[in-house]
Amino acid sequence: MTVQQDTVVPSRDTILAILDGVKDPEVPVLSVRDLGVVRDVAVSDTGAITVTVTPTYSGCPAILVIENDITAAIVAAGYGPVTVHTTFSPAWSTDWISDDARARLKAYGIAPPGRVESSGLVQLMRARRTVQCPFCDSYETEVRSEFGSTACKSLCWCRSCRQPFEEFKAI
Amino acid sequence: MVPLPTAPVNALFEYLQRLGDDRLILGHRMSEWCGHGPILEEDIATANVALDLIGQATMLLRLAGEVEGKGRDEDALAYWREAVEFRNCLLVEQPNGDFGHTVVRQFLFDVHAVLLLDGLTRSTHDGLAGIAAKSLKEAKYHVRHSGDWMLKLGDGTDESHRRVQRSLDDLWRFTPELFVTDAIDREMISAGIAPDPAVLQEQWQTIVRDVIERATLQHPGEAAPPASARGARQGAHSEHLGHLLAEMQIVARSHPGATW
Repeated sequence: MTVQQDTVVPSRDTILAILDGVKDPEVPVLSVRDLGVVRDVAVSDTGAITVTVTPTYSGCPAILVIENDITAAIVAAGYGPVTVHTTFSPAWSTDWISDDARARLKAYGIAPPGRVESSGLVQLMRARRTVQCPFCDSYETEVRSEFGSTACKSLCWCRSCRQPFEEFKAI
Repeated sequence: MVPLPTAPVNALFEYLQRLGDDRLILGHRMSEWCGHGPILEEDIATANVALDLIGQATMLLRLAGEVEGKGRDEDALAYWREAVEFRNCLLVEQPNGDFGHTVVRQFLFDVHAVLLLDGLTRSTHDGLAGIAAKSLKEAKYHVRHSGDWMLKLGDGTDESHRRVQRSLDDLWRFTPELFVTDAIDREMISAGIAPDPAVLQEQWQTIVRDVIERATLQHPGEAAPPASARGARQGAHSEHLGHLLAEMQIVARSHPGATW
């Protein structure tokens, strides 16, 4: 997508700061940069901006909203034209989420992802790392399903505070 | 898209359709569970798996359209081809049956998917290798889901054991088609684009046999399939695909070019 705009050449840092304000539509405590969805930003001599993004999951419906939000935020700040380019490689990983962003996820009520394990291709009934309840900090929890309300989350249950909660799953 | 010196473009187009159509058709089948799952968690899980598979199909069919070079995108390929032009295998188009039947179909496919995608991450085709690396992360979750259910249902109650065994016996005849090697596959292997199905088949048999045993099920045996259980890669599908496509394609065909 390309949106025409009067030519003002911003610095790359200016654009990155604008992108810090673009939140994930499904997890609004994280910005698209926190998530690692933004892979690169390039500003040409004429002020044309190219933002490279990568989707979280192949079928994540939020990626179209994210692309539109990125363009809208940059244009609203008076810069452009904006092109959003999608890449699949390297494949998105929750390991790219910073410690600071993990703390915000937990405060929001979503257990942050564990580190991605380099496991074998087919590992059934594996001994799972224990997930900490984001509400009461208990480790007396169980994963009810690895598929939750969005592609990126699993469904958990805390036996201590008897609350269901979600975990951002490692991928 | 970098032109490939050793593989004719039409062979690569053909191969990418096979990969994309397997995921598109199975994704549609899984989406049929939405609102009908046996429990809420499984309703959500099947919808999530459907979404991943359709997302993978989108990437693969988009690449297929670019390789073909006739201006067709992933939507044109999904909605405007006829049944005989689809290149998915017979296994993925089989009806859902009960939840156990869906689990068995998914498990047999998922084991193949993780092995194939793992091989494709080393493809000489960068675009395909990138899609495979992304899809593999999702497929590992899928096989853990379907594999865990194989164990729970096989080693579960008398009824769940009996029903999953029946589904395994029924669906087994569609599995050799996953490993059929024809001229298209040989082109892909010699160009280093895809792994050799014969190598995948050995690994697949080992993993599947292990899970069948752990699930206390009877292995259906390695008997050669009847001639009818292959040919879908060339467009000879079972009657089920036409019904599936009628539902999947009706909106796009009734309102061509519609946007919202």
